[in-house]
Amino acid sequence: MSTPLLEIQGLTKHFPARSGRGTVRAVEDVSFSIGPGETFALVGESGCGKTTITKLILGLETRTAGEIRFDGLDIASGRAANIRAYRRQAQAVFQDPYASLNPRIRVRTIVAEPLMAQGIGDRASREARVREVLEVVGLPASAADLYPHEFSGGQRQRIAIARALALQPRFIVLDEPISALDVSIRAQILNLLADIQDEFGLTYLIVAHDLALVEHFSSQVGVMYLGSLVELGATEDVFARPAHPYTQALLASVPRPDPDHRAPVAVIRGEIGSATAPPPGCRFHPRCPRAMPVCAVDAPGRWSLDAGHWASCHLLDPALGEQPRMEPVS
Amino acid sequence: MAEGAFAQAQPAGPPVAQSRPRFGRVRRLFRNGLPIGPLLLFGMVVIAGLSGDGLAPHDPGALNLGAAFRPPAWLAGGSAAHLFGTDNLGRDIFSRVIVGANIALVVAAYAIVLSGTVGALVGMVAGFFGGAVDALVMRLVDIQMSIPSLALALVLAAVLNPGLSTVVIVITITYWTWYARIIRGEILSLKERDYVALARVAGVSTPVIFARHLLPNILNTLLVLATLQIGQVIIFEASLSFLGLGIQSPDVSWGLMLADARNYIQNAWWAITIPGVAIALTCLSANLIGDWLRDTIDPKRRQL
Repeated sequence: MSTPLLEIQGLTKHFPARSGRGTVRAVEDVSFSIGPGETFALVGESGCGKTTITKLILGLETRTAGEIRFDGLDIASGRAANIRAYRRQAQAVFQDPYASLNPRIRVRTIVAEPLMAQGIGDRASREARVREVLEVVGLPASAADLYPHEFSGGQRQRIAIARALALQPRFIVLDEPISALDVSIRAQILNLLADIQDEFGLTYLIVAHDLALVEHFSSQVGVMYLGSLVELGATEDVFARPAHPYTQALLASVPRPDPDHRAPVAVIRGEIGSATAPPPGCRFHPRCPRAMPVCAVDAPGRWSLDAGHWASCHLLDPALGEQPRMEPVS
Repeated sequence: MAEGAFAQAQPAGPPVAQSRPRFGRVRRLFRNGLPIGPLLLFGMVVIAGLSGDGLAPHDPGALNLGAAFRPPAWLAGGSAAHLFGTDNLGRDIFSRVIVGANIALVVAAYAIVLSGTVGALVGMVAGFFGGAVDALVMRLVDIQMSIPSLALALVLAAVLNPGLSTVVIVITITYWTWYARIIRGEILSLKERDYVALARVAGVSTPVIFARHLLPNILNTLLVLATLQIGQVIIFEASLSFLGLGIQSPDVSWGLMLADARNYIQNAWWAITIPGVAIALTCLSANLIGDWLRDTIDPKRRQL
């Protein structure tokens, strides 16, 4: 991987718990990096911290610990100049296209808002840019005069994408960009996202729970469980050789278009654990079908599998597990 | 816009949305039917209030002790010259009710605009910034709500001079908390909307977020709150004036008319009943209009 565009090191976010006692460990020591032009996917159950990570990266939440670097610039420490430079280069598309467009303002203002906020261009040049990006996402220029409620969900998501493109960013966070859309629209929006990535050389961080989408769309994938990354690697490696039992269970749960395929029954049980009082040892052990006594005591280290592919599981420890083949990652 | 044209203009486009039928805000107002009676009644009050002396057949302050305690026109001894009769000093009650509408509406307008503005601003700031600001402001609201507004009026009337501006100040101090609480709640939910998050991602400044994303979305609520408040404010003004803490003679207020007529209730019941009915009907119609407006443009606020 070349010099990463986005580099995350030991990112941690704790919230004070609602009850006033204890902390919610939403994100715990997460590290990954995304190279220019790549698509990094974060997957995991609801409540595992995926969205908190995107909020930290977008500067909507402040981190408890750790570093976020964009193009070498530290953007987590709150230095205004760095953040200002970063705001021009990073944008986001969220899940619900009904919630992400203010119902009271016209599409023109929605799309031009980042330009206005950054003080770019005059009225005429912004208008031209609005028309340009609307065309890129497949909407007519006349759409600028309308209000969001005059569009369908798919069209709204196109408007959201047009807005994200207005500043010519290098990096876009896609938080479940298609999961709120009709199935018939999803492929179109995905194709659009892929097209604009090629055209403008964009780097994506995509949060998803649809693994079929991740397999086709992303180059890297990070699997999260209860605030921590449990496995990370190139998408093809992770899908071909999932090492963590949680990843294996996630992959096994993907429906396959094969009538003879029998899904393994109840690979993992129960609910995701509490982030306020995470289980000791490996956070996944209460639900793990292959848990060993050590899993309840020690947190597992990271074990390297393929180049850039690691998983965090005691099964991979040659001293403990069944398949002695691993070297610990330093 | 025509949907067909849209579809053709769209390269590689999705099957284009049926754009939902556009519900004009004005059209929506008529969906539940208009409250004709209240609108007519309140319209009359507004016309009377705006015209001031113009519509009044007599000078509302003119004394005529020889014509005191004339009954209303429909009773024996009444005359068409004094439609609602006269009071203890022979002043024409009909003219005084008309002129009293003016004071009631002026007080309501000032008090609502002031308390609405203060309350909405405070509520927006508290809701948006949260934390210590929010805690401070909301404790202030709690304190304010625990002070009886009549006691406050007594103190203020003693410190300032009783009169229109004192009434407006007392009402503003009493009612801003109402706006602040509700607007704060509204902002708490609005500020979590994705479009506010996206505005922050784009680097939009906080004042612009307020003006573009928050304020337009609370205008409906503000309008409903203000309408629902008209009746309460009119009653409050009448109460203060009745107690001598509000409007002072020779200005005319419905509450003051009640106070003047209260001693003669035995022999001239109309002198106290007619301004009372004016207050009751005005407040009732304002409240009915407020309910209708709330149900029509802001259905989720039913509990107000």
